[in-house]
This record gives sequence, structure tokens and C-alpha cells, in this order.
Amino acid sequence: MSKTFKMGGVHPNDHKISNDCAVEVMPVPSRAYISMSQHLGAPATPIVQKGDKVKVGQLIATPSGFMSANVHSSVSGTVFSVEPVADLAGNKVMSVIIDVEGDEWMENIDRSSDIVRDIKMTGEEIVARVKECGVVGLGGASFPTHIKLCPPPGKKAEFLIINGAECEPYLTSDYRIMLERPEEILIGTRILMKALDVNKAFVGIEDNKPEAIASMKSFSSQYPEIEVVVLKKKYPQGGEKQLIDAVTGRSVPSMGLPIDTGVVVQNAATALSVYEAVQKNKPVIDNTVTVTGECLAKSHNWLVRVGTPYEEILQLSGGVPENAAKIISGGPMMGKAVSNLKAPTVKANGALLILTEEQTVRKPESNCIRCGKCIDACPMGLEPYLLNKLARAGRMDELEAHNVYDCIECGCCLFTCPANIPLLDYIRGAKGEVIRIMRSRPKK
Amino acid sequence: MRNLIISPSPHIHSDLTTRRLMRDVLIALFPAMLVSILSYGFSAVRLLMVGVLSCVILEYLIQKFILKTAVTVNDCSAAVTGVLLALNLPPCTPWWVVFIGSIVAIGIVKMTFGGLGQNIFNPAITARVFLLVSFPVIMTDWTIPQGWISAGTDAFSGATPLSIVKEGLKTGLTPEQIFTAHPSLSCGQMLFARIGGSAGEASALALILGFIYLLVRKVIKPTIPVAVIGTVFVVSGIFYLIDSSSFTGPVFNILTGGVLLGAIFMATDYVTSPMSCSGQIVYGIGIGLLTVLIRFFGAYPEGVSFAILIMNAVVPLLNKYMRPARFGAK
Repeated sequence: MSKTFKMGGVHPNDHKISNDCAVEVMPVPSRAYISMSQHLGAPATPIVQKGDKVKVGQLIATPSGFMSANVHSSVSGTVFSVEPVADLAGNKVMSVIIDVEGDEWMENIDRSSDIVRDIKMTGEEIVARVKECGVVGLGGASFPTHIKLCPPPGKKAEFLIINGAECEPYLTSDYRIMLERPEEILIGTRILMKALDVNKAFVGIEDNKPEAIASMKSFSSQYPEIEVVVLKKKYPQGGEKQLIDAVTGRSVPSMGLPIDTGVVVQNAATALSVYEAVQKNKPVIDNTVTVTGECLAKSHNWLVRVGTPYEEILQLSGGVPENAAKIISGGPMMGKAVSNLKAPTVKANGALLILTEEQTVRKPESNCIRCGKCIDACPMGLEPYLLNKLARAGRMDELEAHNVYDCIECGCCLFTCPANIPLLDYIRGAKGEVIRIMRSRPKK
Repeated sequence: MRNLIISPSPHIHSDLTTRRLMRDVLIALFPAMLVSILSYGFSAVRLLMVGVLSCVILEYLIQKFILKTAVTVNDCSAAVTGVLLALNLPPCTPWWVVFIGSIVAIGIVKMTFGGLGQNIFNPAITARVFLLVSFPVIMTDWTIPQGWISAGTDAFSGATPLSIVKEGLKTGLTPEQIFTAHPSLSCGQMLFARIGGSAGEASALALILGFIYLLVRKVIKPTIPVAVIGTVFVVSGIFYLIDSSSFTGPVFNILTGGVLLGAIFMATDYVTSPMSCSGQIVYGIGIGLLTVLIRFFGAYPEGVSFAILIMNAVVPLLNKYMRPARFGAK
């Protein structure tokens, strides 16, 4: 029987219209805008200057703190300038702008399509290589992977879970790579296992992707330590805490980390990046981006160089249709609305979703009828109706007492509310404020 | 390309609306309305018409001219209140009594507290209790008007099964002797139609059909109805086992009076029931227990309305102290 997480969740329609679109390699852009903030934590520091010649895969920025990551050039050419560039929401982020000339790669990158199965490196060497290649979590949070591979002192990983749930509607990039490159993902999984020194890994995939399950199972059968777990489709199954619950039945404690339950979770796309970094010496310079929406003539799954402007991706995908009302970077439940189409892609960009007004417009809010559907939908067991009321009244103490900090911002409450109350908008704001207050308290 | 919409996630919404939920409740009440009309004929039609129209029109007038707020009668909640009020009244209730009930339900219980979602007490139940204490004679006139399905020779009039039993027990008869004297008090009779009582209590089966519809459409969860009916069954069963010469049995108790109508449609009212599952269980058990105690030891033959009203008052406390299970709580 398929497993799933115990508490809450919703069932949005699948809309996986780009399921059957094989990954196509997108042409290299004429100018790449490579952001220094492609990861959670401090922006990287550029180490190139205007006029420098760079190759594909060349290191162009180094970490500026513990929580930071390397950034590499995704193109070859001349650095046009190092200056702030507006991201998808219009915020200026320090970036390296490169005028593309040809496509010359660093010589030490193995560009062949041969699959390298032997894992020669030791655990420590793997972590060093993952850090060197700038690998970050590609599930959305962009957490630097090398930090996740070094559990804090006293904590030891017992299992690795590869997140192949892809529970957001519309998104198909993880599905496509599980279908097209299953063996490389599994080798990446084994590399991660070696780095973490664990003997058991699970690959969690939702049951709406039977082909991906079959594809992964056909290769995982040779690795008894890796088990493909079929999950019953339910959003937000790909949430870290929900996935751990679904696969192992363990609950990450409130305010705790997955490692507290002896589990490390990595996305399927991250496992592929790790494979490429460790076996092929290829840094993160490209990623799979789903371009989709019912209003598009054709959906695509592209392999896109990091730093390609959204405009170019949309242009190559047939242009933005006349009736497009909202462009979302990511999925419809947790993605961000794009206000700046000139913004470039970053490592963890998984999708560009185009919705019409009818599909996305918010209906007017009416009275709360206290139906409790938000409570039933909340995967964290919170009371969104109450948090919304407390947030509007600015009652921070009570918000903390009602555990607003546990909110994972999955959007199930707002999605399900029959009165169209923008529950998450208020809760998200209050959560940030409450966490700020909690952090500002002197530590005991 | 025109301007893009920028708003926070989530960017899509389920098609659930307040109007759809209320419409589903109306659909679920349809079998009960139909049986009521077939059993009690024109009286039931008039009852339902007056109930629905007066509730909807009153809400419209109050919002438009007194509160001067947006008119929200098209969310169908006033219509639900109207139907429930009608189904909770004796079939022969005069139109002006129904109208007074609507004023209490919509005007006092619902709108003065701030409209939909703000009231503490269930509007239809409060109105029914108000009418019961204000017009005791009219509200206990259980004459069965001529319906469109055969009345049957043993159809009784003038009393509900519960009041027949209550009166019988007062004269010193045992429940068994009362049942023998009134063959129409059989469970089969109550399941299908034509028992004395409120308009909506005509058929247990019609109410159960509505319950199944609500569950299938996920409008309600079974928690509250199961807790209420289960408690009535167990508590009356215990009394019955202790002394079957003074107390009626559990099956009779769940099929008569307002237990099914109350448990399925009144106790599950979103606004006036607890939010968490644990709170709902306590609430349901409370209603069941109070119902049986009022029936067996109180002055009134029936106690569902009072039980629901009393438990309505407890809901804010239940919401405060019975919170849902939290993920990762220590």
C-alpha cells in the first residue's frame, strides 16, 4: 500500500501537461547574468573583474561565510561587468554579467555521456568536491548541500531520503530526470550515502508518476541499499517534514531539523548534481526548467544554463500568450510571482508557470464560517483561522503560543478556504515577525 | 502583453466556496423536505416556503437598510436556516409563528452577532426553543395534516412517540405496555415515514440519506453525528438495561424525535460547533448525554434542542482548550 504523511494536506489537480516533453537543451544565451545569491545564506563574493575571460565551469565567486556557496560561470566569454541586477521580484542582487563567446568548457570537466559507476572518493573528498562545485538543494530552498552532508556534532544520519515526490501541480522537471537519467540519480544517491556514512536510502515518488517509479526501480534493483518508496499523491508530500513522516513514520520535532530524527533529505535533482560534481567534475551550471501552463501552445522541459534571462526562455518556448496574467517561478502552491521578466535563472529554478487570470485571480474575501477546513488541511496541525485573526490583531505573544513558527507556508489553508480568506498572507507576515522577536531574546 | 498580477503564493485555489457548501446542505436536506411534503401535504409546503422566504428576505432587509453592509444572501446560508427552522417545527405551525421564528433566527441570533460565522448559538435551534417556550400549545400540536401518501389506518395524531411514552410512563405503564397499545410506534414506521413530530422528523431514512450525501461531498466529517447518536444509544442503553420498565430502549431513542435531524444537520453547523476533532467529540458526547437526561428525567419529552443550545455555549471553551494535534509536538 502506498504511504503518505499523516496530518493534513490537500489534493490540487495534477496539471502535469509537460509530462511527455523530453528535456531539450536550450541554446546558450547571448549574455548571462549570474547571481551571487543562488543559495540560502550570504551572497558569494565575485573573484572576476570586468574584461576577464571565463570558461564554462570556471569558478567566478567564492563563499563569503559559513552558510554560502561557490558560483561558477555557466558560459564562456568576457565579463561585461560586475553589478547589481534585478531578480524576479525586482530586488537588486550582485551579479556577474558575461558576454558569451563560443562555448569553451574547463578542460577538467568530463563532458562525455558515459556513466561513471565506480565511486573512488572517500566521504570527506566527496563533501569537499560537492562544496567546490557549488551544489545547493534544488528542491527550492537552495540550502548549500555540503553543509547538509556534515551533521552537527553529536548527530548522526541513519537514513538518506531522495525527494522525488514533486507534489506541486504542473512541475515535471524531477519527473523527467527520473525517467531519463535514473542511473545517474541512483549513483548520486550512493555518493551521498557514502558521504553521510548511511546504509539505507529511500527514494520517495508519488503514485501519479508510475513511469518514473518503474524507471527508478529498474535500476535500483541492483542496489539493495536503495529502496524506491511509492507515496500516495497528496500535497505537500515533498515538504521535508512531510516526506520524512511519509517514508519513515518519524516526526521532526517542532523547531527541530530532519537530522534530529536521523534523516537527511536531498532532492532528486540535487542527487543528479552531486553525481555530476563527483564523477564528472561538473559544477552546477545548468538545471532542468519546466515551462508550462494551459495557455501555452506547447509546454517544455528545458536544460537551461544558469543566468539565462526568463525572457529568452519564454521566447524560445513560444512567447508569452496574450491572456497570460501571472508568471510564476516555481509551482502554483509555493512559487513566486515574477514581476521582472528580465530576471535570470538561478540554480534552483525548477519551473516557469504561466497562468491566466481565470486560473489565478483571487476571489473576494467573505466571512469565516468556522468550517475548520483550514485545520484539516494544515500539515503542521496548526489553526490557520485563529493565526489569521491573531495576526490581523497583531497579538504576537498569542501567535507564538499557537506555534506560528511551525508554519511551512505550503498554502494548503488558503487553497482550501471556502471564504477565500488570505490566511497565509497574514500568517506568513506574522511568522517572520514572531521568529524575529524570538531570536532577539537573550539566550538562556 | 498586459500587466502581470503579482501576489504571494499559493497562486491557485480549490473551487470550494461558502455558497457551494451551503448549497450542498440544501441538497442533503432535500429527501427530508420531500418526505415531509409527501407526508404532510400543503402544510409542509407552506411551512418551508414561509421559513425560507422570511429568513432570506429578513437577512436582505437587515443588511441593506439597517446594517448598510454588503448583501450576502446569495451565499445560501439564510436559506439553510429557513429550511432547518421549518423542518424543526410541527407541520401545522401557523405562518405567523414561523415568521416570528425567522425574526429570532436571522434578526436576533445571526445578524446582531455580526452575521454569518459570528453567532454563538445555532439560529434555527434558538428560534425553535424560543417558539417552544413562547407558544407551548401551538408548538406541541402534533396534528398530522393530510398528505399525499396514504395515511394508513393506524396513523396517530396529537402526539409524538416521545410524548406518548412520556405520558404513558406518568400513568404508571411500562414502555412495553405502551408499545403494545400503540402499534404505530414500530421502528419500521419511524424509518420510513409518518410519525408524529416536527416536519423534518417524518422519516429517519431521508435524514440518513442526507447524511451520506454530506459525507460523500466532504461537507462534514462523521465525528459529531457519530458522537451524538452513539452517546444517545449507549446512555439510553445503559438506563434500559438497568430498568426496562421505566426507560425506553436505545434503538427507539435514536430513531425518534430530533436526534437524527439534530445530530446530522443542527449539531454539525460549522459556526456553532468546535473546530478541532477532539473538541467535536466532547461536544457530540455532551449533546447525546444531555438529550437522554432531559428525555428521561426532564419535564419535556424531547431534549435535543436544549442539549445543542447548551453545548453551543461551551464551544468557545472547547476551542480554547481542545486544540488539534500538532506535528512534531513534544
